[in-house]
Amino acid sequence: MTDRPATAPESGPETVRIERPVVEFLRMYVRNWAAVAGFIVFAAIVFAALFAPVILAVDPFEMVRMHFTPPGHDSYVLGTDNLGRDMLTAIVYGARATLVVGGSAAGLTIVIGLTIGSLAGYYRGWVDEVLMRITEFFQVLPPLLLAMVLVALFEPTLPTVAIAIGVVTWTGVARLARAEFMRIRELEFVKAARSIGSRDRRIIWRVILPNALPPLIVNAALTCGIAILFEAALSFLGLSDPNVMSWGKIIGDNRDYLLDAPWTVTIPGVAIFLTVLAVSLIGDGLNDAFNPRLRER
Amino acid sequence: MEAAAPLLEVEGLEVEFRTRQGVARVLDGIELSLEPGRTLGIVGESGCGKSITALSIMRLVPVPPGRIGAGAVRLKGEDLLQASEKRMREVRGKDISMIFQEPMTSLNPVYSIGDQIAETVRLHEGLSRRDSLDRAIEMLKAVHIPAAERRVREFPHQMSGGMRQRVMIAMALACQPSVLIADEPTTALDVTVQAQVFDLLKELQEKTGTAIILISHDMGAIAEMADRVMVMYAGRIVEEAATDEILESPRHPYTRGLIACVPHMEEEPPPERGALTEIPGVVPALTDLGSGCSFAPRCDHATDLCRSRAPQPFAVDADHRAACWLYGEAGTA
Repeated sequence: MTDRPATAPESGPETVRIERPVVEFLRMYVRNWAAVAGFIVFAAIVFAALFAPVILAVDPFEMVRMHFTPPGHDSYVLGTDNLGRDMLTAIVYGARATLVVGGSAAGLTIVIGLTIGSLAGYYRGWVDEVLMRITEFFQVLPPLLLAMVLVALFEPTLPTVAIAIGVVTWTGVARLARAEFMRIRELEFVKAARSIGSRDRRIIWRVILPNALPPLIVNAALTCGIAILFEAALSFLGLSDPNVMSWGKIIGDNRDYLLDAPWTVTIPGVAIFLTVLAVSLIGDGLNDAFNPRLRER
Repeated sequence: MEAAAPLLEVEGLEVEFRTRQGVARVLDGIELSLEPGRTLGIVGESGCGKSITALSIMRLVPVPPGRIGAGAVRLKGEDLLQASEKRMREVRGKDISMIFQEPMTSLNPVYSIGDQIAETVRLHEGLSRRDSLDRAIEMLKAVHIPAAERRVREFPHQMSGGMRQRVMIAMALACQPSVLIADEPTTALDVTVQAQVFDLLKELQEKTGTAIILISHDMGAIAEMADRVMVMYAGRIVEEAATDEILESPRHPYTRGLIACVPHMEEEPPPERGALTEIPGVVPALTDLGSGCSFAPRCDHATDLCRSRAPQPFAVDADHRAACWLYGEAGTA
């Protein structure tokens, strides 16, 4: 055991200041004002969802006033729905289900897609053939229908819904990951890694994956938006946990009264729209920040 | 001096690639032997099988479409072609390591160079992160990178091509391998940097006694570095001898062509050299080589015999062999 020469002495003043990658990344992200706006909106929604019981210590299912109280009446800022439940409370609590399902479905999509795509793209040959045929099988099924079938087959709970959405949306990620792995595996540093004796597992996860991440992260953000829309569609159709308030459920419950009480449908609709928009803007900003060609303009 | 036992021996190595146009025999009967501390140069045009020879020694030929058909690669007596994949992973980087042509792409852009050098050491010697980083700093100093303590934390994009090739060399030599394969290590670098890299390789070789296989298409580089030279053409060895011998009296028409291609800076060139020449034509497609000498279509001396039968390596001198009908009779081989 040799003594470590006291953590690397800084030799003289540095003439060229090179930013750490994280700093540079943030600087690029902040340059895109739409992405910053998206991030702020999304952060606000996450905040509301996290602290819902603190902000509004009410049961969202409790009937508090006459049904179809218009927005602004009494203290009911967003009015009430068909059963006299407070819309504001429903929206704030609904954000929780939306984010949890959207987030975990997107996570699941990434895990399945990345595993399948990276194995197919790295090993090629018959592994690729088999995995890609499976991917194509999932691609040709109508996604919403398949998700409905899956939820209907099992209990309509939040985990089931998240899994069902994950199962129908992973194919895009798989194809993207495969393409990236196919490109990167031919680069010389992968050959170099093999020539120092690295095993496949290490090459896939430690050598290639970090280089394939940027497009996958952007894709993850966009997938999150898609998952949120899916969740809304499923709960609109009544295929979600009936005991959990969600935006799609509010729309579904009130869809027959669209003309009499338009706010009951438009308000959760706007909430969904804002969330998906915010997530997409974030994805856009990440894309710009990862793209070295946009640097130093 | 020549008595040292061979460290690395390749015998009758054959490698084939399955392509859409048919089976291409990329290597055919490659023989080589390498003693500790010596340098063997492999020259030839692109597509002659130089890099595949290197990859076969490390058993890194992509296995479909490639296939190692026959032969043996013996490292200190152990046949690597028969070894398990696990054993091969131990050999790679520890006993035999390799540096590549493109220093711009052969380092992983997402890790610091220190991490990448340390990786080799961690993999083979099981050192802790801290100790392996110390080794990385040591190696950076050995390849003359200034301010190694600071540089060790930098990323590949912060370095020039020459610097990166030094880092590659540090990475390859971190576990003190007995054989270093340098696959066109300087082709992508400019001339002054090339000389520096060669000087560095020579210096490290003297210090550690590593044997080097230097692959190049540049006769000048080979002349400077190698003790012995092997000239390859279309997957075969066409001539082999000590470097001085080959440069002074090349026998195979292909070798002569290669040497004639190199411009010389002399006020009065010897009259026999003549004008700067080129070898007409290109390397033939390996899928349809036919039965004759593969160089025959481009050769001034080709006869009917050359076009119908491939020549064996003939001894043209002690320790100098050339696979050309000019130096042997059909009956004697």
